[in-house]
Amino acid sequence: MHNSDRFKIPLGPQHPALKEPEGFSIALMGEKIMGLDIRLGYNHRGIEKACEERNYLQALYLVERVCGICSHAHATCFIQAVEEIAGVQLPRRAQYIRTLIAELERIHSHLLWLGVAGHEIGFDTLLMYTWRDREIVMDLLALVTGNRVNYGMNTIGGVRRDISPEDIAEILKGVDILEERTKYYIEVATQETSIIQRLSGVGVLTKEEVLRLDAVGPTGRASGVSRDVRRDDPYAAYGEIKFNVITDDHCDVYGRTVVRVKELMESYSIIRQCLKNLPEGPLTVKVPRKIPAGEAISRYEAPRGEDVHYVKSNGGEKPERVKIRAPTLANIQAVKQMLKDRYLADMPIVVAAIDPCFSCTDRVISIAEPKKDNRVISWETLRNYGIDWYTAHGIDFTELNNKFRKKLERV
Amino acid sequence: MSQEENITQSLVSQFGFLEGNIRITRPRRIFLETSLENFPKVFAHAVKELKFNHLCTITGFDELDKLAFMYHLAQESGVLLNLKTSVSKDNPTINTVMPLFPGAEIYERELVDLFGAKVNGLPLGNRYPLTDDWPKDQYPLRKDWKPSQLDEKEGHTHA
Repeated sequence: MHNSDRFKIPLGPQHPALKEPEGFSIALMGEKIMGLDIRLGYNHRGIEKACEERNYLQALYLVERVCGICSHAHATCFIQAVEEIAGVQLPRRAQYIRTLIAELERIHSHLLWLGVAGHEIGFDTLLMYTWRDREIVMDLLALVTGNRVNYGMNTIGGVRRDISPEDIAEILKGVDILEERTKYYIEVATQETSIIQRLSGVGVLTKEEVLRLDAVGPTGRASGVSRDVRRDDPYAAYGEIKFNVITDDHCDVYGRTVVRVKELMESYSIIRQCLKNLPEGPLTVKVPRKIPAGEAISRYEAPRGEDVHYVKSNGGEKPERVKIRAPTLANIQAVKQMLKDRYLADMPIVVAAIDPCFSCTDRVISIAEPKKDNRVISWETLRNYGIDWYTAHGIDFTELNNKFRKKLERV
Repeated sequence: MSQEENITQSLVSQFGFLEGNIRITRPRRIFLETSLENFPKVFAHAVKELKFNHLCTITGFDELDKLAFMYHLAQESGVLLNLKTSVSKDNPTINTVMPLFPGAEIYERELVDLFGAKVNGLPLGNRYPLTDDWPKDQYPLRKDWKPSQLDEKEGHTHA
């Protein structure tokens, strides 16, 4: 066919269907994607350069903000490199706490992804379910670290907060519920016909292509490439923990879904092992005031795959060079391959299937009542406000609520 | 002998000039430096013979009158080989590693934008990560570059 039959449409960088800025130029013939051009960099904030203007501790807080979801991943990956240059041996308790937070973060990220994937294929019930359950792990993270994202747990030579026996009990309780829910999601993902049919054969990336394009994380593992930094190049406490590296041979979006839900089960097991074997001892170790000259490269298995941080010190206050390679950069190049000869309608789910990073927003903690001074209102007041609002608009659940209450009392 | 020492010995026996230029900094970490002239054969040997078949990324450096580049290669065993080479800033031209790692395209574009490297063999395409209207000859990760330069170019004034 002649070239003029092709129709080029731009998607992004600002587009309602995209969660973060990235530009696609898609050459279409009918609805078929004939070629794809990706333009990235709209979110480039010059963090590597900014790190050269800060001391190591300030840089730690900056790199934690590379990503809202993988904040602990970037902070840990960076600080590991700095600690290696400083010749610091981390206390074992700190290593276990880092590992614990890492897996809680993975759970929050994977559940978030499962919801987004559901949403992208028009299965919003799955989004509602998974994001409701995700609140359990968000609460656990807030309980342990004080924050839902950007945990600020790391410092040079250890962690900043301890885990109390009460925290441990809460985490174990939360993990039990999440495990039950995840078993259900595994059932949904592997038995629900609409999911299987919509995701199978979509966004295909063969094992050879993964190896050729250096794709990482669940994207690679779903094409049968057994690569996981936690096992291959162990850091924190992973060397002492038993877990399976989940792989799948479907090589498509369906496979990527299966890998992620099964990885959740491994995360629960890792968390239980961390808490069971949590060593006693200090949280930090004394670090020389000045980081000596040297260089180190650190790898970390973030929820989206291998994260890489290289740090070079010249012996001064500030790092000479900080290099960050987030997993999405390694995977975005595979997207071109995945979309070849596919339909335009597959684009959202295929792009979402590599789980590109987008920021979590903060939650609301204080609510300004209309026409009154700002003040914090209680959950009960907020709930009553909602009930009153709906009643005033002609929607009354009183009868239904009474019915449910009676039913519950009988149980 | 450890796996790192095995790799080091294999490299030195193949390339005598590497003697004394290889450091094992800890288990699974090897750093080595080589001239631009010798770089392609050492790189190809590491990838094809020693099975360092995953390119994690490429780090660029501004070293006064030179630009340096470190290629972080990983083996399935978890060993990382960090291969560094450098080139004069007057003509900072290197060859692409895309024939061995097609995925390196975006890492090399980063070197072009942020360090002003010239990469032979890099196909035409979108730049990364700077904007299309980024001023010519401004390379933000060079040591002498300051954000204020950009403001001057764009005619911004600071109150």
